[in-house]
Amino acid sequence: MVVTKPLSTKLPTPLVRRMFQHGDVPFKIIIVLATLFTLALVVGVGVMLWLFTSVTRMDLGFSFVTSKTWNPTGSQFGALPFVVGTLITSILALIISVPLGVGIAIFLAELCPARLRAPLGVMVELLAAVPSVVFGLWGIFVFVPTVVKPLGNFLKNAFGTSGDVIDLPLFHGPFYGFSYLAAGAILAVMVLPTIAAISRDVLLAVPGSQREGAFGIGCTRWEAIWQVVLPYGLSGILGAVILGLGRALGETMAVTMVIGNVAQLSGSLLSPGYTMASVIANEWGESSTPAYASALLEIGLLLFIMSVLLNLLARLLVWSVQRRNPQQHA
Amino acid sequence: MPIASSSARVAISLHGVTIVQQGKGVLPDMNTSPLARENAQSHAPATAGEAAAAVMPKMQTESLSIYYGNFRAVADVTLPVRDRKITAIIGPSGCGKSTLIRSLNRMNDLIAGAHAGGKVMLDGEDIYASGIDVVDIRRRVGMVFQRPNPFPKSIYDNVAFGVRLYGRIPKAELDDIVETSLRRSALWDEVKDKLKQSAMALSGGQQQRLCIARAIAVEPEVILMDEPCSALDPVATLKIEELMQELKQDYAIVIVTHNMQQAARVSDTTAMMMMRADRAGEMIEFDETQIIFTKPRDKRTEDYVSGRFG
Ligand SMILES: Nc1ncnc2c1ncn2[C@@H]1O[C@H](COP(=O)(O)OP(=O)(O)O)[C@@H](O)[C@H]1O
Ligand SMILES: [Mg+2]
Repeated sequence: MVVTKPLSTKLPTPLVRRMFQHGDVPFKIIIVLATLFTLALVVGVGVMLWLFTSVTRMDLGFSFVTSKTWNPTGSQFGALPFVVGTLITSILALIISVPLGVGIAIFLAELCPARLRAPLGVMVELLAAVPSVVFGLWGIFVFVPTVVKPLGNFLKNAFGTSGDVIDLPLFHGPFYGFSYLAAGAILAVMVLPTIAAISRDVLLAVPGSQREGAFGIGCTRWEAIWQVVLPYGLSGILGAVILGLGRALGETMAVTMVIGNVAQLSGSLLSPGYTMASVIANEWGESSTPAYASALLEIGLLLFIMSVLLNLLARLLVWSVQRRNPQQHA
Repeated sequence: MPIASSSARVAISLHGVTIVQQGKGVLPDMNTSPLARENAQSHAPATAGEAAAAVMPKMQTESLSIYYGNFRAVADVTLPVRDRKITAIIGPSGCGKSTLIRSLNRMNDLIAGAHAGGKVMLDGEDIYASGIDVVDIRRRVGMVFQRPNPFPKSIYDNVAFGVRLYGRIPKAELDDIVETSLRRSALWDEVKDKLKQSAMALSGGQQQRLCIARAIAVEPEVILMDEPCSALDPVATLKIEELMQELKQDYAIVIVTHNMQQAARVSDTTAMMMMRADRAGEMIEFDETQIIFTKPRDKRTEDYVSGRFG
């Protein structure tokens, strides 16, 4: 009978391997610590904002959110115009950028010749690397005068006051360029690369066997994309949209430069407005009284809560989509 | 553009339900759908035309060569596929079996740079001729792939998928089609209580039978199977083989397989492929399966089927 030594004594174990021989334990500890740290950071920011905003929270309570007058010198603090401004511009940005971004992703992943895919993809990604102040400048000098102004005037004439087609309050009032519309459009350009690039990666990750299944049963290219590839990647595309929304909600610089910064409540996309992030950035330096500072911080708190809630909602959405269409063997 | 637009869809008859779509195109021959053929045979005596049809293969490649760019992967293959018979394609890896079977419903069109020379006749009509509706060819010549690839939808929606492409049809009729297809693919009893559940929760063998159900739901005339059992365990493999014997009552079936016993067990005719010196795959022998496995003419075939090769 041949006696063989156990394998472990025959092969020398390298130092690095020996150090991490019980690798799973230290690895787990590192992961848990990192997770806890992230969580603590989020909670910490929330708690800090909560503590520093006691002045306005005590004095105004919920009317801080529902009041529409913002007059710091008269000690009137109503945050509604900013909340509405942030919501309008972000939603407008998504309305423009989601179809466009998903369309670009479909083109890049499904339709364009493989040779063009990489260069076009890089161009889309480069767009994401442009600093937002540059977008703001470009907005002021190029985008607003050449695109937003003609577009706004057209909308105003067609659908606005005594509009030719129908009368929509959405396009009422005087229009000078700097407006919700301008901010929403700039934001759309800024979140477009995020949505397009991530959606493209999601579509490229859809297994080829799914497309084969679709074509093999007699799908046209259009049907294969709409009924097989997109549904397969739906949760991932939703994730891309959420990332885009996150960027739109918090974007400050470019928005400040084109929205007009007027703290008013308006139902018209053509009127100037203000967003939560913009007012904090613009007025923090002038906040002379504790109440003023507290009011600005409370706007920050609201923005924070909004972002967290939206993220949770989005997770829920993604999760429910995944649960309905599990892609892995359950 | 290899894929025709949906506007080219025409009125077709699935399971006796006529679904009309606008657009122009060639009407598929109703008499060639399996059910219609069955009816025709049970009601009418054999005619001279039918006798001729029995001789003419359902599909036939004629000096077919397939290229990936400049590389010739399949060279000059002339292979008949008889109706209601199982045709096996065997041969060592890389000899072009998948390429050949995928040319029978023009799936190779999806690969950039792939093109074909020669002809592939389906009922006497060249599917590579210009003006052919590729989408309709793929409905008439269905395909089952190496790995089961159900869509991440419910079992019901998977089977109904192809039918729904042709427009809305009443729920009751769709239910019927789904049940019939699942019964014919020997899956009904296992899934009838969970049709709304995700197809991804099925076992590999069940998923493959679901893919077969999905393929036959659109009433194809030919079913192509590229190593359909290579990802399955022996029990699931046996189920698929039994199923193939059932299906061949109605369809022409082409199967690529690595498994010699499987080819010998299930097929009626066998094509033996081999790579030439220039790496192009050629068909070195085609005959009744029994002959291929007992007294092949080519020495290489003999070596291969007896396991002395590749
Ligand atoms: N998409 C492709 N592009 C280029 N060459 C390919 C492609 N698919 C297969 N080939 C080549 O064609 C030949 C035949 O491949 P295939 O049909 O897959 O063989 P088999 O199925 O018999 O193993 C091989 O040399 C393979 O490298
Ligand atoms: Mg193969």
